[in-house]
Amino acid sequence: MWTIIHKMGSPPWFFRFSGGLVKWLLPLTVCLLLVGAVWGLLIAPPDFRQGNSYRIIYIHVPSAVVALAGYYVMAFAGAVSLVWRIKMADVTMRAVAPVGAALTAIALVTGAIWGKPTWGTWWVWDARITSMLILLFLYLGVVALFEAYENKSAAARACAVLTLVGTVNIPIIYKSVDWWYSLHQPASIKFTGESAIDPSMLYPLLLMIGAFYCLFAVTVLLNMRAELAWNHRDASWLKQLVQGT
Amino acid sequence: MHPARKQRLILVSLVVVLSSAAIGLVAFALRDNINLFYPPADVVAGKAPTDRSIRLGGMVVAGSIERSNSELDTIFWVTDYEASVPVRYSGILPDLFAEGEGVVAEGTLDESGMLIATQVLAKHDENYMPPEVAAALEGKTAPAEQPVLP
Repeated sequence: MWTIIHKMGSPPWFFRFSGGLVKWLLPLTVCLLLVGAVWGLLIAPPDFRQGNSYRIIYIHVPSAVVALAGYYVMAFAGAVSLVWRIKMADVTMRAVAPVGAALTAIALVTGAIWGKPTWGTWWVWDARITSMLILLFLYLGVVALFEAYENKSAAARACAVLTLVGTVNIPIIYKSVDWWYSLHQPASIKFTGESAIDPSMLYPLLLMIGAFYCLFAVTVLLNMRAELAWNHRDASWLKQLVQGT
Repeated sequence: MHPARKQRLILVSLVVVLSSAAIGLVAFALRDNINLFYPPADVVAGKAPTDRSIRLGGMVVAGSIERSNSELDTIFWVTDYEASVPVRYSGILPDLFAEGEGVVAEGTLDESGMLIATQVLAKHDENYMPPEVAAALEGKTAPAEQPVLP
C-alpha cells in the first residue's frame, strides 16, 4: 500500500504509468462519448413535455456531475499537499482546476440555453445556479492564485487552503434544490428508489456521465504530464523516456 | 505518523470543519433571502412584503386560467395546496406554462392581494418520460399523481 503511494509521488514512475493509462483511456473516452451522444441525441425518445429540447441534459448533467466530483479530487490533493508536502499533489491540484472550471462553465452555459425554452429565462439567481457560479469562481480562483506566486510551494499552500475552504460549496450545490425554493427542479437520478427519469432516457445519460468521468481523467492526466515534463525538463530520465521510446 | 504531519492533518481538518460550519450558519441565517420565491400560503398569511417586487411560486390551479380575448392579459391562480393567490400577467407565457404545472411569477401585490406580474417563468419537475409512457400513465393514474411543492 505505502509502496504504491511512494511510487505515485515519483515523477519518472508516474510519467511512465500515466502514459500507459492514457493510451487506452483516451480511445475508451472517445468511444463512450460517441456512443452516448448518438444514443442520447438520436435514439432516446423525446420527452412528453419538453420534446427534443430536453436532450441538452446529455451534456448538462454529466458536466455538472463531474465538475462537482472533480472538486473533491482537487480538495483531496490540497489536503495531501498541506499535510504531506508531496509535490505530485500540487501538480494534481493545478491540473484539475482548469478542467473543473471548463466543466462548470459548460454546465452553466448549457443550463442557460436549456432554461430559455423551458423556464422562459436565461438566468435566474436561484440557489442552485448561484452556488454553481461560485464553484466556477473557486476553480478560476485556484487557477489565478497558482499564477500569482513566484514560489510554487507557497502557491500550492495558498491554493490548498482556498480549495479546502471551498469544499463546503459542494454539498450546498447538491442539496440546494431541496433546502430552498428554487426554479431548478430536484434531482432526477436517485441513488435510492426509482429514478424520476424513464430508463430509456436514463441509460444513455449514465453512459454520458461515465464518458465525462473518463474525459476528466484523461484531461487531468495529460495536464499533469505536461506540468511534470516542464518541471523536469532538464532531468535525464525524461530525456531517456522521450528519446528511448 | 510523524508528529508534525499529524498536527498539520488536525489543522487541515479543523479548517474544513470550521469554515463549513461558518458558511452553513450564514446560509441558515440568510435562508429567507436564498429562497427564490414565496409559496402562496406565506403570501396569504402576509409574510411577503407588499411594497416591493416579490416572486411567487406554486402550481397553476387547474381550470383557473382566464385569457383576455383582445389583449395578452392572462389571469390565473397559483396554489401550494394550502392557499391560492391570483396572478395577472400581460405578456407571452413560456411554452411549458399549463394548468397543474409549476410556475414562478415576479411582480408586486396590489391591495386586493392579486400579484401583478412582470415576468412569469415555468418551473418544470424532475420527471422525464417518452410521450407513450406519459399517455399510458395518463389513462391509469393521472389524478393520483398530483405533484406537491417542497
